[in-house]
Amino acid sequence: MKRTLSILLRNPLSLLGLVLVGIVVLSAVFADFITPFPAHAGAVVDFANFNKAPEWPYIMGTDLVGRDLFTRIVYAYRISLILGVVVLALAVPVGVAIGLFAGYLGGWTEYLLMRLTDVFLSIPPLVLAMSMMGVLEPTLTNGMIAVTAMWWPWYTRLVYNLARSEKEEGYVLAAEIIGASRLHVMFREILPNCVPSIVTKMTLDLGFVILIASSLSFLGLGVQPPTPDLGSMVADGAKYLPDSWWLTVFPGLAILVAVFGFNLVGDALREVLGAEQ
Amino acid sequence: MSAPTLLIRDLRLGFRGYSGLVEVLHGISLHVAKGERVALVGESGSGKSVTARIVLGLLQNLKSARISGRVEFEGRDLSRLSGRERHALRGTRMSMIFQDPTSSLNPVYTIATQFHEVLKRAEPRLDLAGARRRAAVALADVAITEPERVLDSYSFQLSGGMNQRVMIAMALANEPSLLIADEPGTALDVTVQAQTLGLMRDLVARHGTSVLFISHNLGVVREFADRVYVIYKGRIAEQGPTAALFEDPRHPYTRALLSAVPRITGGGIPEIEDASESYFAPLVVHEGYGEPEGVRP
Repeated sequence: MKRTLSILLRNPLSLLGLVLVGIVVLSAVFADFITPFPAHAGAVVDFANFNKAPEWPYIMGTDLVGRDLFTRIVYAYRISLILGVVVLALAVPVGVAIGLFAGYLGGWTEYLLMRLTDVFLSIPPLVLAMSMMGVLEPTLTNGMIAVTAMWWPWYTRLVYNLARSEKEEGYVLAAEIIGASRLHVMFREILPNCVPSIVTKMTLDLGFVILIASSLSFLGLGVQPPTPDLGSMVADGAKYLPDSWWLTVFPGLAILVAVFGFNLVGDALREVLGAEQ
Repeated sequence: MSAPTLLIRDLRLGFRGYSGLVEVLHGISLHVAKGERVALVGESGSGKSVTARIVLGLLQNLKSARISGRVEFEGRDLSRLSGRERHALRGTRMSMIFQDPTSSLNPVYTIATQFHEVLKRAEPRLDLAGARRRAAVALADVAITEPERVLDSYSFQLSGGMNQRVMIAMALANEPSLLIADEPGTALDVTVQAQTLGLMRDLVARHGTSVLFISHNLGVVREFADRVYVIYKGRIAEQGPTAALFEDPRHPYTRALLSAVPRITGGGIPEIEDASESYFAPLVVHEGYGEPEGVRP
């Protein structure tokens, strides 16, 4: 662990990633303290200051009803991170368990589970999420459900392949021979050896989940106003380009920072953990 | 006479694949008496390892495997045991050592934890501290001088020879009556292999463990085994006591196998026929070393 961290800190790119991720996470956690107008995260109207270009104290300008954009972006990070963490917390255990069963047990179990996974994978992710959101009400919770539904198959695929190769390792046979149960072999022998890959993918995915969630709300299917969301901020501001550029540029940059940061860290983790094996 | 530890009668195995049934074992018979060290020798793909897996009950669950014949362990017909009973034998009454000791140990757990798992098979209520004490004794038995350090290590922190000793200690920890050694130490270099084999021989002799020793390495077999079965393409070609078989090989395949060993004195790599009709010659049994008769039907 300590070694992993020291390697991450030495590489300039991964260091940049850590800094970006740190900024995103810390600003989301301490949003109440660092934003000048915490009330602007909700339904506030201040027509005296509407649609202002960046100037003090509105360092990123204000939106069409006079709310501080910087405040709203920071609160949007909070929503995005909660969404990302919840989605992964739901999708990863489901995907990993299905992948382990399919990869280790083989036979009909494998056939059924993997074809089911293929069905989910064959639907373009946004279409799947959009159709789910069309049926369900567009709320944060339903957004999480929709993104989770499109996310778990990727973990199934990853763990399925890992389990299939780990299954051939001597220690699995050794465990089977001392009479370990199948559940024990799957979850105590094989799973720990898949953890580095899973953690790496999770880090990479956190950025993508934020991106997909933003795409959904860009299409009007995600978080509903007045809750701040990066995707809907970009969508709302797009009509006023190029005059009111700050309405789209700053939320867009915010998405970039978060996705780029998680990607850099994920890539670095992949190298470090991959090299350890 | 008490029942032999392991008795195999006319064991046949086929795998059902896309191109029909592929026969792997064509009816092999062998036995291992109590405390005896028996070697099963043959080239790759001759059916040595699948035989071991059948004895351990690992192939029986495979849907594509077609198994017939009888396997008896201490007088009990394995095919008549329930899955649960077969499962209960594994890791307690019979255990196994593999080719590559390092890959047989899970890299995410310390040796102590893995010893604990093994010992729990026989004594489910054993705690980690108790397991450590037992493991330290077992490791001392395989000439490991710092058992405490080894117990706290992971397999990738230890040398191949060290891991092999750990595997031997683990395999014998529950005092099994049958140990199957599938090409033990083939992945190690020869000096280390020789040391660990010497250790293993002394240990099994002390514990009275029967050993089925699977190998393609004739030099090792000669030093280790009391009796030898030579297997070729799923058939036993020749069987007899080690010394007689090495001095007087009677089956054409045994002769080819013996002449295939490169001499340390040079002379090039010996040329032998790849596959000769004569290798399929009928079974040769050295006098007095046939299969025991009068086994209960």
